[in-house]
Amino acid sequence: MSAVLTMRKLTLAAACAIATFAVSPSIAQQATDIQLTYSKGQFQPSEVRAPADKPVTFRIKNLDAKAMEFESKSLRVEKVVAANSEGLVNVRALKPGRYEFYDDFNEKARGALVVQ
Amino acid sequence: MLAALIIVFREVFEAGLIIGIVLAVTGSVPHRDRWIGGGVLAGAVAACVVAAFAGALSQLFAGMGQELFNAAILAIAVMMLTWHNVWMARHGREIAGEMRAVGKAVADGTKPLLALAVVVGVAVLREGSEVALFLYGVAASDGGSALSLAVGGLIGLALGAGVCLLTYFGLMRIPPRALFATTTVLITLLAAGMAAQAVAFLERANWLMALDAVVWDSGWLLSEKSIAGRTMHTLIGYTDQPTQMQLLVYAAVLLLTFMLMRLSASQPANRAVAAS
Repeated sequence: MSAVLTMRKLTLAAACAIATFAVSPSIAQQATDIQLTYSKGQFQPSEVRAPADKPVTFRIKNLDAKAMEFESKSLRVEKVVAANSEGLVNVRALKPGRYEFYDDFNEKARGALVVQ
Repeated sequence: MLAALIIVFREVFEAGLIIGIVLAVTGSVPHRDRWIGGGVLAGAVAACVVAAFAGALSQLFAGMGQELFNAAILAIAVMMLTWHNVWMARHGREIAGEMRAVGKAVADGTKPLLALAVVVGVAVLREGSEVALFLYGVAASDGGSALSLAVGGLIGLALGAGVCLLTYFGLMRIPPRALFATTTVLITLLAAGMAAQAVAFLERANWLMALDAVVWDSGWLLSEKSIAGRTMHTLIGYTDQPTQMQLLVYAAVLLLTFMLMRLSASQPANRAVAAS
């Protein structure tokens, strides 16, 4: 209970911080949704495609009993996805190319996003 | 085992550096071990709580709970570090100086200690929650390899503590006169770097969309993932692909700290003259 309360306070602090930083609530372009499943230490599918110059949203479903960290240097993302839960990762509009991602907790699990 | 060692060490590394700096900053303050230790302990407990509710946390704010939580606690740390610098600019000379008003300084000294304890707690919380999640996953999985992974994790943790001690003793080699100036600069850069990191989290959450173009990519020169890159990332907020907003906020924190310190340093000087 108190954790929730503390988190509300923290959220408030974040909101204040954002207000100071002057957000421009530009209407986000329609993002391309990409579904990824992570199970038995593997990404499914291991290669996904998206159109260029459009933001991308990854939905990573971790079906394993272990947490995983979705990470990519070229996409500039890292996000821990807890066991048996789903994580969302936003990526800005991309130039055409191949962007590799992996599980930072298990580097054998690799995949790539191909932007065309 | 090696994988676990590396993963845990990588996470603990940053917290180790920060705790080392904070220990050096508070070198002569009485009861500092109690405060810093309390910060570490509170951070570790909070890390376990966050790890336990990691799934629920990420579901908040349309899936962006983790990012916003990180941004918020980083913002708190930035405020605490900046406040500490400003406080030290006003009172630091009194404390560092001779016995003058030592009793009062000691009583006041707990205030910046609280701020730094919060900073330490936040550092441990941020890094620790990932370690806790990772180790929890290890424990939950097959029993056979769990032991060797746990041993690896423990060694990683011990190495992180080593980084902390190395930082501390390295800084303590600096003569006391120069130490104050050095730690002030370190704390300021630490704060600016954390602010830039907070910006990165807000950008990932799509809460901050302005000026989000990447200014340069210096990954070929110093990768953020290398050990040197990680050190610089913690110490000065090095990012190999900073956005315009990150650079702007970084510069703003430096400038703000500088101005606030100048302002508050000049105040007590006047008062002291008037008093004497």
